[in-house]
Amino acid sequence: MAMKTKFSVCGMCSVRCPIQVDVQDSKAIRIEGNQFALKGGLCPRGAAGIALEQDPEKPQTPLIRVGARGEGKWKAVSWDEAFDYVADKLKTIMAEHGPRSVLWSDRGGPFPDLPKAFMRGLGSPNYCNHDVACARNVQHGAMSTIGLGRKGVAYDLRNAKHIILQTRNIMEAVNVAEVNATLDGMAGGAKLTVIDIRASVSASKADNFFMIRPGTDYGFNLAVIHTLINENLYNKEYVDQFVEGFEELQSFVQPYTAEWAAEECGVPAESIRDLARQLAAAAPSVIWHPGWMVARYSNSFQVCRTAYIINALLGSIGAKGGLPFVNSPKDVGRKGLKKLVDLFPKPEEKRADGVGWKHPQFDAGPGLVNQAYDAIVTGDPYPIRAYLCWRHDPIMSMPDPAALKKKWEGLDLLVSITFSWSDTAWHSDVVLPLSTYLARESIIAGKSGLKPQFFVRKRVQEPTFDSKADWEIISGLSKRLGLDALVFDRIEDIWNYQLEGTGVTIDDFDAKGFVELADKPLYRPISEAKLPTLSGKIEMVSGKWTQAGHNTLPEYKSPQSPPAGLFRITFGRVAIHTQGHTVNNPLLFELMPENIAWMHTSRAEELGIVNDELIEIVAADGSTGRIKAFVTDCIHPEALFMVHGFGHRLPVESRAFGKGVADNELMPGGLENWDKGGGCISMQEHFVSVRKI
Amino acid sequence: MSIYRMKLDKDRCIHCKACEVHCKVVNNNPFGIKFGKHTSKGPVLKDGKIVLKASYQCCYHCEDPACVEACPTEAMVRRESDGIVYVIKELCIGCESCVTACPWNIPVLLEEENIIGKCDFCMDRLDAGLQPACVTACTTHALTLERKKTKK
Repeated sequence: MAMKTKFSVCGMCSVRCPIQVDVQDSKAIRIEGNQFALKGGLCPRGAAGIALEQDPEKPQTPLIRVGARGEGKWKAVSWDEAFDYVADKLKTIMAEHGPRSVLWSDRGGPFPDLPKAFMRGLGSPNYCNHDVACARNVQHGAMSTIGLGRKGVAYDLRNAKHIILQTRNIMEAVNVAEVNATLDGMAGGAKLTVIDIRASVSASKADNFFMIRPGTDYGFNLAVIHTLINENLYNKEYVDQFVEGFEELQSFVQPYTAEWAAEECGVPAESIRDLARQLAAAAPSVIWHPGWMVARYSNSFQVCRTAYIINALLGSIGAKGGLPFVNSPKDVGRKGLKKLVDLFPKPEEKRADGVGWKHPQFDAGPGLVNQAYDAIVTGDPYPIRAYLCWRHDPIMSMPDPAALKKKWEGLDLLVSITFSWSDTAWHSDVVLPLSTYLARESIIAGKSGLKPQFFVRKRVQEPTFDSKADWEIISGLSKRLGLDALVFDRIEDIWNYQLEGTGVTIDDFDAKGFVELADKPLYRPISEAKLPTLSGKIEMVSGKWTQAGHNTLPEYKSPQSPPAGLFRITFGRVAIHTQGHTVNNPLLFELMPENIAWMHTSRAEELGIVNDELIEIVAADGSTGRIKAFVTDCIHPEALFMVHGFGHRLPVESRAFGKGVADNELMPGGLENWDKGGGCISMQEHFVSVRKI
Repeated sequence: MSIYRMKLDKDRCIHCKACEVHCKVVNNNPFGIKFGKHTSKGPVLKDGKIVLKASYQCCYHCEDPACVEACPTEAMVRRESDGIVYVIKELCIGCESCVTACPWNIPVLLEEENIIGKCDFCMDRLDAGLQPACVTACTTHALTLERKKTKK
């Protein structure tokens, strides 16, 4: 049969790059980036989607647990049985504890409208996503300065003159469009500055690389602010017009000189001053990236905030080549997608995680899922008894899996909806196999940007095993729970509902896989932007956070250096793997079967450890993991670094089993260490020791 | 040499190894078999800068290929029109003479089929007016297949 090429959307990681898939004999055989959006470029994870679809080492049918949680004893059941089982359990739990006792979490992304609608339909306010272990600090950093969420501004990398990466590893996280825009910007003369505790691929491309002491980013940024202000390098006109609280900032940063930061961060004072001068020369086309995965230090929220503050001082918020405001369909005179959540009224019940009442400053959207887990244990403000975990693996992505499992003991129902095995799926009561992104459709997504667009994921082949699409699972449950408005027989019915009144039809997606709502990028000047802060300006001191009792210009506290012989455990990304679920993928496993522990040459010498030697990492609670040492000068001596997502111990994953170490298992008690200002769990606040075997 | 030359732009390469995966997928290679190999060397710290070196090796498609010379069954051939060196699967007996003869040991034995496999610059794709899979789908467009202009 002739080969066909179909447009779709990748689902390997959180980025959701647009793809095109070669299909032969009704099977996907090769994937590349969408030619219209990415000119074919696609990262290794995206390329390995073919192996994900074909791999039998994943849940192949719905499963109901028959042994103890985590014991791995299952009964394979039909979809009807699985839907009946879950719906009956939910009905019983809701009858006793109310709809509010149901919790949902997923990994966020562009398609949350459907699960949010489902939770509204049930009558529960407890829709959450994974973001406490990811980007809450930057989301709240944005809200506390510019009032908008982090996605309210774009990163105009292609037009930038200086890009600063801090807590952001663009070259290894690999958002295909973003990495190309960065490289294009650099080819056009943009300078790159990287601030990190080790040499990432991004660092290898940098014009300026600062290897700072772990946890001192906030101090570094304060010194940059000090230099910009005290050397009169900031954009005074912009600050006068659009910034609130400059005088408070000015007096606050006075102790934090470049000399002070040099001592604190371990980099030369003159280099910090030189950086500030370079930024002023490039302003306003500067992007000081506020980060993405920022669930790291106790002061990471302040690192994100100061990134926005530096951008504001340089006038880059709202500027071409800086952080211009994104446009919604409305901003370009178009109508947005009709929302599925509007099918149901918003539940009046307060959220179990405290967002909106106990924590009034936080973004209510995805909440703080870890706080909702506490409600399982304490029943405060009310008990959580059922948890639906959608394409999300909290046990792998949060610290201290044992403590997390303990918190979940009070759940009467734990359902995992997943396209791969995961620690969370293995620990669940019911596993509902989600079709891979190649074998499922998703609802249409809207994407704000300089050029806003709609995009759609289409099914490029039928599922290899007995799995279902997002909307089919929601429909199956909704049918049994009386949520008739969410029962759909055909995805086209959902798409048509969403597109009502937009002037776009589903056929319009055939040409490119996405539909642009504007002909060219629209840059809206900050003078025309309405910033939803209390003052309507960019706030150096957040009005909203101050009202909630939080100091948003807190005194810098020096992070503890590891006690003698110990290391601070740190983690990060690599292009080949993502979020713990790709280690068992045959193609990606072959490229990188295990992680390694980076340690500085001087520290390895003290311990008598040589490169490539198998060593034992010992956590504060005495638990251990075995991993090979990577001895290098390219990491700060206080840190031990490993790529996240390894150390799988599920017998159903023959390849990943027993390979490498899980960083999150080295963080005992870590669930309790979360940032009251930004909301994230502070995962890089743990020390480990290392010993020879 | 062939009229083609595979070139890696080191400034754009992000060491992601997507080239290897795209190659493996288009050739449907089993575990352990790679026709294209990306190598990262480093990182090392040199004068305060981080140095990470990248290279990509597939097949050089030699002007006078030793593998073609060594093949006893005329399965390994050089296409005269553009110099691509490739394997005619039906003629290959899997004797590995080409592997030994190649200075870089580029041809590999595909054990299950008992035939030799190697990079042919995705000649089916080239003939269809496309680029090799590794080039088309290189994450950052760091790989290009350059063509010499004068060759007839």
